[in-house]
Amino acid sequence: MENKNKLYQSFANALNIEISQIQDNLAYQSIPEWDSISHMILISQLEEDFDVSIDTEDVIDMSSVEKAQEILSKLGVQF
Amino acid sequence: MLNNKIALITGASKGIGKAIAELFAANGARVILTGRDINALQQLAINLPSHPEGHLTFHMDVTNIISIKDVFDSLMADKIYIDILVNNAGIMKDATLQMVKPEIISEIYNTNVIGTINPTQMALKSFIRKRGGSIINLSSIIGTNGNLGQTIYGSSKSAIIGFTKSLSKELAPLNIRVNAIAPGFIDTDMTKNMDPKFYEKNLNSIGMKRLGKPDDVAKVALFLASNLSSYVTGQIIGVDGGMII
Repeated sequence: MENKNKLYQSFANALNIEISQIQDNLAYQSIPEWDSISHMILISQLEEDFDVSIDTEDVIDMSSVEKAQEILSKLGVQF
Repeated sequence: MLNNKIALITGASKGIGKAIAELFAANGARVILTGRDINALQQLAINLPSHPEGHLTFHMDVTNIISIKDVFDSLMADKIYIDILVNNAGIMKDATLQMVKPEIISEIYNTNVIGTINPTQMALKSFIRKRGGSIINLSSIIGTNGNLGQTIYGSSKSAIIGFTKSLSKELAPLNIRVNAIAPGFIDTDMTKNMDPKFYEKNLNSIGMKRLGKPDDVAKVALFLASNLSSYVTGQIIGVDGGMII
């Protein structure tokens, strides 16, 4: 649960929105704050917060909060 | 001028790349020298003005994505985040379109175009993490003006201009600047290998009546890398001594 909260906080910080707006089904480009520019900031935020390196293919695939969790899990982060 | 800055240079072992490395290091940068000739890079690193954290060298072939990824993964693992990327690696092979073999076309495009795009894509993480940076691409006067017998080389360098202009628009909101230098006829191994006919013709077309020196290009790269150009992005700066093509 701790990493789940951390994930939500990373999203909130990167997208500059309230953590209450973050849900698993929040999708890329579904809100104005999650555009292609903030997506780059999000990747950087996730890498920094979880100390991982996200490959280009996963950067492209990261289409929702849920998908981000799946990618981070693949990289060894436990949820 | 580049204190506390980390600069990665591709094709750094000789010519313009080497001159840029020397000038950047002389101005306080920690430089990461990359290229295919690791011995030459290591020798260069030894001769550069020293940096407290040491300069780095990596074997990197810009036509090989695995090779590029290995370098950037290694830097990220060591928490080394670059501020400046100089996409200098490039090749020039001349022939009229009718006479150029498909493998030469691929070689030129893989080196000059894909070999600029891939390192840039992998460097973005560093720049985004630092919320800023400077990307300097090497185009050519042949890319801006075109030239007889250089259709493939020229078009590859024109691609660099399009890449630079579009990417500068993508990255401006993140305070990452993207510019290109378009050198004219510069005294390097690349131009020494040029067809003597073209060599003579090009020399005669230079207003200043001399070949450029690698350092002439390096000085513009220093400007683009430094805060002197903090509001400059999406520009193609000619360094050609008034060459007319």
